[in-house]
Amino acid sequence: MALRLRSSLSKSNFLNILLRHNNLGFGTASHTTRVSQNPISRFCNTMAEKLSSVGEHEDANAQVMDFPGGKVAFTPEIKFISESSKERVPCYRVLDDNGKLITNSHFVQVSEEVAVKMYSDMVTLQIMDNIFYEAQRQGRLSFYATTIGEEAINIASAAALSPQDVIFPQYREPGVLLWRGFTLQEFANQCFGNKSDNGKGRQMPVHYGSNKLNYFTVSATIATQLPNAVGAAYSLKMDKKDACAVTYFGDGGSSEGDFHAALNFAAVMEAPVLFICRNNGWAISTPTSDQFRSDGLVVKGRAYGIRSIRVDGNDALAMYSAVHTAREMAISEERPILIEALTYRVGHHSTSDDSTRYRSADEIEWWNKARNPLSRFRTWIESNGWWSDEEESDLRSRIKKEMLEALRVAEKTEKPNLENMFSDVYDVPPLNLREQERQVRQTIKSHPQDYPSDVPL
Amino acid sequence: MLGILRQRAIDGGLAASTLRRTRSALVSARSYAAGAKEMTVRDALNSAIDEEMSADPKVFVMGEEVGQYQGAYKITKGLLEKYGPERVYDTPITEAGFTGIGVGAAYAGLKPVVEFMTFNFSMQAIDHIINSAAKSNYMSAGQINVPIVFRGPNGAAAGVGAQHSQCYAAWYASVPGLKVLAPYSAEDARGLLKAAIRDPDPVVFLENELLYGESFPISEEALDSSFCLPIGKAKIEREGKDVTIVTFSKMVGFALKAAEKLAEEGISAEVINLRSIRPLDRATINASVRKTSRLVTVEEGFPQHGVCAEICASVVEESFSYLDAPVERIAGADVPMPYAANLERLALPQVEDIVRAAKRACYRSK
Repeated sequence: MALRLRSSLSKSNFLNILLRHNNLGFGTASHTTRVSQNPISRFCNTMAEKLSSVGEHEDANAQVMDFPGGKVAFTPEIKFISESSKERVPCYRVLDDNGKLITNSHFVQVSEEVAVKMYSDMVTLQIMDNIFYEAQRQGRLSFYATTIGEEAINIASAAALSPQDVIFPQYREPGVLLWRGFTLQEFANQCFGNKSDNGKGRQMPVHYGSNKLNYFTVSATIATQLPNAVGAAYSLKMDKKDACAVTYFGDGGSSEGDFHAALNFAAVMEAPVLFICRNNGWAISTPTSDQFRSDGLVVKGRAYGIRSIRVDGNDALAMYSAVHTAREMAISEERPILIEALTYRVGHHSTSDDSTRYRSADEIEWWNKARNPLSRFRTWIESNGWWSDEEESDLRSRIKKEMLEALRVAEKTEKPNLENMFSDVYDVPPLNLREQERQVRQTIKSHPQDYPSDVPL
Repeated sequence: MLGILRQRAIDGGLAASTLRRTRSALVSARSYAAGAKEMTVRDALNSAIDEEMSADPKVFVMGEEVGQYQGAYKITKGLLEKYGPERVYDTPITEAGFTGIGVGAAYAGLKPVVEFMTFNFSMQAIDHIINSAAKSNYMSAGQINVPIVFRGPNGAAAGVGAQHSQCYAAWYASVPGLKVLAPYSAEDARGLLKAAIRDPDPVVFLENELLYGESFPISEEALDSSFCLPIGKAKIEREGKDVTIVTFSKMVGFALKAAEKLAEEGISAEVINLRSIRPLDRATINASVRKTSRLVTVEEGFPQHGVCAEICASVVEESFSYLDAPVERIAGADVPMPYAANLERLALPQVEDIVRAAKRACYRSK
């Protein structure tokens, strides 16, 4: 086949075409070079582009021809790309299982102040999760979802970002909000849906959001935040801001169609967005072996032309370094980056789930104790002389007290008043809603016994 | 005017004499537009987008084929050349993807105008329209607003079959948080699209492929770049006193023709062009019914749970004692749109159907 092709080309023929197309400046190398923004060039990929060196390649195996998309070498051998490589993509880690720095490791240095804040926030997150979870079990909260086991991903990634980076969370990243300054009281207020909740009691617990902290309100739909993040990244790029969009999702979320559209699009649009996947092994009861057959998430990046890395999500220092580096690349090179953080979901999916029904309690316990992200990081900061047992117990007792107090206050605070049922549907309340509110108030006035006494008007 | 004649040809044609008579009557019926200028709906939409993009650098267009190809229906013609590829963005084929991305861009402060090649394809993206756009302002307690416009042709075209002919007015208009507009004339197209782009809430803008090429007279006022029509106000296209005909989009043209025919038989029909499906201008509809005592509603979409059902419910709830006849609903046939031209004609409301329904409403006496 290749021989026949070569003989049909005449030198003068292709020289002609070469001269005509030479000055359009589009990809002569691989398809990773940027295609010119000139509108006319968009259709040029379909025009035949001839190599000047075709005549030099006498070896049939090195025949190169072009198709829409760029030049590609031909081979007469029938060879399929294997469905998996012999070795899995290695995982970047800096601290070993015991929290000791691995020799010759590359990492971004963290100051004492930042490291201590990181550790304290991880502890805070852990305590908050435990207390809220118990509160739900006691019937004080309707629902809760913990982040246990994934504290390092939450806090370390947040620490590596700047406050201008916009966050598009799934629902297991309250640590990012915590790092940015959301208070324990604010978390509690949202969970109780009271009138101090800046979400005005509109959503279920753990659906936090804060405009001020650049953290988009949690939306329960899976993976829809991925294309949203790409759109926001495009907006940041157009405004030439020194910031990127960062979106989090789980191993399960990567099966959604939105994952494909978002990654594909981000690469084409050259949008500065970080895709951080918390591969924690489980999507409710679905293990990753039932979720996909690829080598996790990291190999999928290449399929879309996106630079990717696999990180030990339970290693706070590695997580910090990876996100820090990725962020710089994303903004300066205007490209998306995919980060797969391997971890384990120690808690149940949520308070509506009992994960011992589909996995062993021993497995959960092992990850909680032996592979705990907090203890590893603690060992490292203690080895630097930045932390002590005394500070540990002080912190824990202080946070526990604060948390219980926040819970108590939130529980007693009034619910939002009736007006909040009708506001924010549109920018300006429309006539029909104002009318409905009026009717409701009138009905309440006529039948006060039917209206709950603890909901303010 | 040529557009209307072509439209008649599609309808199955009328006798030449009727054509001449009705043509002159139509000219006088179009009394709202004082100017002698005419504009196609296509040019009206194009100029509206162009002017809004010129006025506000945050407005950008995205969709399949909107740039280099000049738009699948040429609505975005010339915009790529004028504003560049960053503001007129050709997307890959993923409605879910580019709708999600558009919503994300709106979250971050841009004002996207997202084009669906037809609203049938919006079903691939409907989760983003409803869950990511419509409900966001409410769910985030006012922290996230989504100033986005979703536009494209809606409803039946000519001979495009079941998967390209559905009307989505009823679906989108049932969702709180969305605004749904449906222009008829060139003036509607300009004024409503400009209002939609300027609106801080997500707007679903339902155009009609067959109306794109139709020309309408347009006033000097409507040609001004600051022109804007209010969202939520219906327009009384033709005043009358015997029966109220309420409809939107292409059916407005049919209703006006029906009104002409009814006038010949001594029935004076008032034709209301909804312009806005959500919010629905219940006040105008009810005021008209209270005047005429009879209601005929028309839509191209499927009959069950349609826009007409809502209008009828509203009139029965608010103006029951004014009604002299049961409310009449005309909708498309309750079947997926057939392709064959004869079947397609039978599956859609025609002028004769509107005339018959109006007469039915008028001959029912107390």
